[in-house]
Amino acid sequence: MGSTLFDKIWDAHVIHETEDGDALLYIDRHLIHDLHYWCFGAMKEKGLAIRNPGQLFATPDHSVPTTVRTIAEIPEGEMRETVEGLQNYAEEFGITHFPITDERHGIVHVVGPEQGITLPGLVLVCGDSHTSTHGALGCISFGIGTTEVMHALATQTLWQRKPKAMRVNVSGRLGFGIGGKDVILAVIREISAAGGAGYAIEYAGPAIEALSMEGRLTICNMTIEAGSRSGIIAPDETAIDYVRGRPYAPEGAKWDAAVRHWRTLRSDADARFDKEVDLDGGAIQPMVTWGNSPQYALPIGEPLPDPAGESDPLVRADMEAAYAYMDLAPGMVMSDVAVDTVFIGACTNSRIEDMRAAADVARGRRARVRTLVVPGSGLVKRQAELEGLDKVFADAGMEWREPGCSMCVAMNGDALESGQRSASTSNRNFRGRQGLGSRTHLVSPAMAAAASVTGRFIDVRQLGTEA
Amino acid sequence: MEPFTTFCAVAVPIDIANCDTDQIIPARFLRRHWTDPDYDKFLLHDHRFGEDGNEKDFAFNRDAFRAGRIFVADVNWGCGSSREDAARVLVANGVRAVIAPSFGDIHYANCVRNGILPIRLASDDCAALRRQLNDNPGAEIAIDLETQSVTGPDQARYEFAIAAADKHRLLNGLDDIAVTMEYAEAIDAFETGHKARLDWAY
Repeated sequence: MGSTLFDKIWDAHVIHETEDGDALLYIDRHLIHDLHYWCFGAMKEKGLAIRNPGQLFATPDHSVPTTVRTIAEIPEGEMRETVEGLQNYAEEFGITHFPITDERHGIVHVVGPEQGITLPGLVLVCGDSHTSTHGALGCISFGIGTTEVMHALATQTLWQRKPKAMRVNVSGRLGFGIGGKDVILAVIREISAAGGAGYAIEYAGPAIEALSMEGRLTICNMTIEAGSRSGIIAPDETAIDYVRGRPYAPEGAKWDAAVRHWRTLRSDADARFDKEVDLDGGAIQPMVTWGNSPQYALPIGEPLPDPAGESDPLVRADMEAAYAYMDLAPGMVMSDVAVDTVFIGACTNSRIEDMRAAADVARGRRARVRTLVVPGSGLVKRQAELEGLDKVFADAGMEWREPGCSMCVAMNGDALESGQRSASTSNRNFRGRQGLGSRTHLVSPAMAAAASVTGRFIDVRQLGTEA
Repeated sequence: MEPFTTFCAVAVPIDIANCDTDQIIPARFLRRHWTDPDYDKFLLHDHRFGEDGNEKDFAFNRDAFRAGRIFVADVNWGCGSSREDAARVLVANGVRAVIAPSFGDIHYANCVRNGILPIRLASDDCAALRRQLNDNPGAEIAIDLETQSVTGPDQARYEFAIAAADKHRLLNGLDDIAVTMEYAEAIDAFETGHKARLDWAY
């Protein structure tokens, strides 16, 4: 029996396996963001050394206000303490660090791939659930808690059990205006927010192979929203071309050796998956979520589902609670729903392609509601400005910000007010996620920009004829 | 870490499906330290307290449930963010076990590493337990990790599965770093070979 792509990378990283099935896994790359800065102090207190500082990469993102360019501009208090704390420890321990004054700074899951820190065939971890993002390049990546962060810092290893294998096959061709965000929302709707628990998910099929790296990163990013810690896509020429020439990518003979290895990284034809899911890519429509779990997603034109049609009383109760929280009702269509704020950014959708998709919609139009556009890194910001996208957004009356997690996590000054409704390119529509009492609807960058210029949800493909 | 062997306590029904870690502890409390004297109040904060700070009608706020040290939850408990604070805030409230049909994978691992036993039982069994607890506030549940069993308020007994390694960790209150340090030689040897094999990455 053949091996899956995930098996091949996993097996190459197992140091030791216990009789009860725990594997001691070697960690190649460990990314650190601001919320874990205090781990370094805690380790010092425990007398623990950092085993391999050269394999750590740090950048602040959660606590960075998107209105500042220096630490001195951050208001005194928790946010500044956190960002400053990370910088101080990075200097003390000799860890590669991209501070907010550095153009390479940004959201950790944008920076890793962008810098070539994330490479096919590696095992990469970070104390953040959206670490699943990096698997888009053909590596094993997963989010961990604080205890595991410190374990990885001290030993460069983690105890893990191998997850079961799921493959999601997306056939056909995505339609015009459909991107990675619509695909992953359709996948989560299909398998549910718990459907991926205990699995690593490999995405495959013609619709995935045709996607850009940005689209693939979006899909793997939201794999955790399907309950799975790890998403992965076989590294093909698109991935190899993406990595080539990046600052931390191998060069010369090492590059050649790397590419030879990467070309072997695919699931064998006879590899066994514990679960296979098939989706018709050609049938995927622009998606929007209506409830407080990403599984409550639907095509923009579809009426909101009636809980009465649910046989499971627990699901019914959950849907009813979501309707109450979101102030919506069964049978409504999302195109009748007005938004208060639009957020374009987050580790899901803040890469250059996302900025372009939003700008294509914003160009020549005017935002009708408050709209934040937050690039995922300083380098995305620079590229967007080289292309004049900042001007497109400014002309449309949208706010062009500095990189950071911004309104996705609402702990850095960017937040919704209680009761406000957003169209958001982030990854979580949980209760209160974008601020106490906030109501979040997840959409693609194009759909978010379309909501901005119309003030309500609209199928972006209809915009040309309506506006 | 405190070992987990047997545990008997008042159990609290948490009737929320997909209760993500943002609900277990909202992000605005994530920069607060685990030693903060108010830390226990952050648990399910926005379900327990209104925007005015007053207590809402919620199971854990009711007198009969305040002594609750076991939660019985619904599907996908602890999905979402990897924040270990969601396990720490359970510890801060003395909660030693959560029973649910399914868990977010990262939260599950975080629980085990903080001495909290996550127990997967069938959805119908969890619903039956929550119903009993709602009908008899203050009722107790007994857990025996060695025999991997739960005894409900009506004395019905349920068996649960847990990975042998996690069971060992919890029974002995093990600190993973100390255990791993015993593998130092194996790690060193592996690392040398690994960095030669994947020299393009180093």
